[in-house]
Amino acid sequence: MSRVVSYFKSLLLLELWAGLGVTLRYLWAPKYTVRFPMEHIPRSPRFRGLHALRRYPNGEERCIACKLCEAVCPALAITIDSHRREDDTRRTTRYEIDLFKCIYCGFCEESCPVDSIVLTDILEYHMEKRGENILTKPQLLAIGDRFEKDIAAARTEDAPYR
Amino acid sequence: MTALASAYEWFITTFPTLSMAIGLLLFPLLPLIIGVAMYVYWERKVIGWMHVRIGPNQIGPLGLLQTFADVFKLLLKEVIYPFQANKPLFLLAPLWALVPAFAAWAVVPIGSHVAWSDANAGLLFLLAMTSMGVYGIIIAGWASNSRYAMLGAMRSAAQIISYEIAMGFALVSVLVLAGSLNLSDIVNAQAGGKGLLDWFWLPLLPMFVIYFVSGLAETNRLPFDMAEGESEIVAGFHVEYSGAPFAVFFLTEYANMILISFLAPLLFLGGWLSPFPASWGALGAPGWWWFVAKAFFFATAFIWLRATFPRYRYDQIMRLGWKVFIPITIVWVFVAGCMKYFGWVTVGA
Repeated sequence: MSRVVSYFKSLLLLELWAGLGVTLRYLWAPKYTVRFPMEHIPRSPRFRGLHALRRYPNGEERCIACKLCEAVCPALAITIDSHRREDDTRRTTRYEIDLFKCIYCGFCEESCPVDSIVLTDILEYHMEKRGENILTKPQLLAIGDRFEKDIAAARTEDAPYR
Repeated sequence: MTALASAYEWFITTFPTLSMAIGLLLFPLLPLIIGVAMYVYWERKVIGWMHVRIGPNQIGPLGLLQTFADVFKLLLKEVIYPFQANKPLFLLAPLWALVPAFAAWAVVPIGSHVAWSDANAGLLFLLAMTSMGVYGIIIAGWASNSRYAMLGAMRSAAQIISYEIAMGFALVSVLVLAGSLNLSDIVNAQAGGKGLLDWFWLPLLPMFVIYFVSGLAETNRLPFDMAEGESEIVAGFHVEYSGAPFAVFFLTEYANMILISFLAPLLFLGGWLSPFPASWGALGAPGWWWFVAKAFFFATAFIWLRATFPRYRYDQIMRLGWKVFIPITIVWVFVAGCMKYFGWVTVGA
């Protein structure tokens, strides 16, 4: 008896209609797609993206060439050379980050005593030529200058939880 | 305007054959090709929606020009010939698939006896043309000198032969009721005062389902696209094709789908007849818009089925074709004969 019932059930294509019903329901469902270049998903203030070197409000660069970030970097992506500037402060002559080596762990930012090296929330960048993966000191400072407002805002937002 | 009209007059009287060719090109081919382009766009959109995505939206307003961009990309690409492939046959195969797909449109009427060829045996011509297309696939598979292509071609041939029997019987039941092979006569036989209750889908409901499912199998569409079967034979018969020949295969597949979408309403859903009773005035009047709306529904159903069902296993396809569809169709041909003989269905207005 059950065989006869299942025979007629399969002839009526009930299961197929149920499947078609599922896809029809999803046809009207709200879509998840983010139209990427025009739209972005929300990004946490702790997001670890492209690096930047910050300055004090008076324009002086924060970095004091303590080399803690170079020491802590697990991927050995940071290279620093330093010298004694005319005003007898220790400053970097070279501060380079190899973006291919960097694993974006954020240890450099954690280790920095003067909040100089930071990871911004920039995640859309590319290189067109060989060698452009190495960010030099002027480039890092330029990124910091350009996005200082966002960097500062993200740090302020995250401060109560640190 | 009169100068233009006289120039037109001069052209068609001086070059009658050429103007006929241009007319043929402009009427069935160009709309069909644009229809295919829009259909591909519509397919990607609908499948996108069913996947909770939004589909193409970048090229042109709402992404409408996406297909044209893809086609131009394909036409500009290099055509790669496989090692030791049979080059003339390799190039002939896509055309062999394409020509029947377009030729079949000659007998498709868009109104009562409005067709390029109002042939008496229109249905027979359609069957012949849809069967011819499979040669293109078989030749493509053989000429490619590739195991995958060969397997795809064999699968496609076996599948189309199996399903053509069921499809043929489904059409036989239609012509038993209509008493004619002429497509316009078949539609007119479905006319009556009651709108959609007069159409053949009601007395021939199992045939209607089987016809549409066989149509899926005939056009190598999911869930019957064993000839392509990406998961096991990469892309089946057209695995070695690139550039323009691939575009032709693509065009053929979609032209065939549109053809099946137009045939299903002709045979079972009263073509250009209105689904509403004739007493409803303008709403009950026949017109090509009903035909296009019905065909659009079936074309969308193709996409809907593709988004819903996984691919059949090959032996299951054969089982379905030979052990389910053919017995049902044979029984229903007799049922249709009885309906006609004892006058259980009213045929014609």
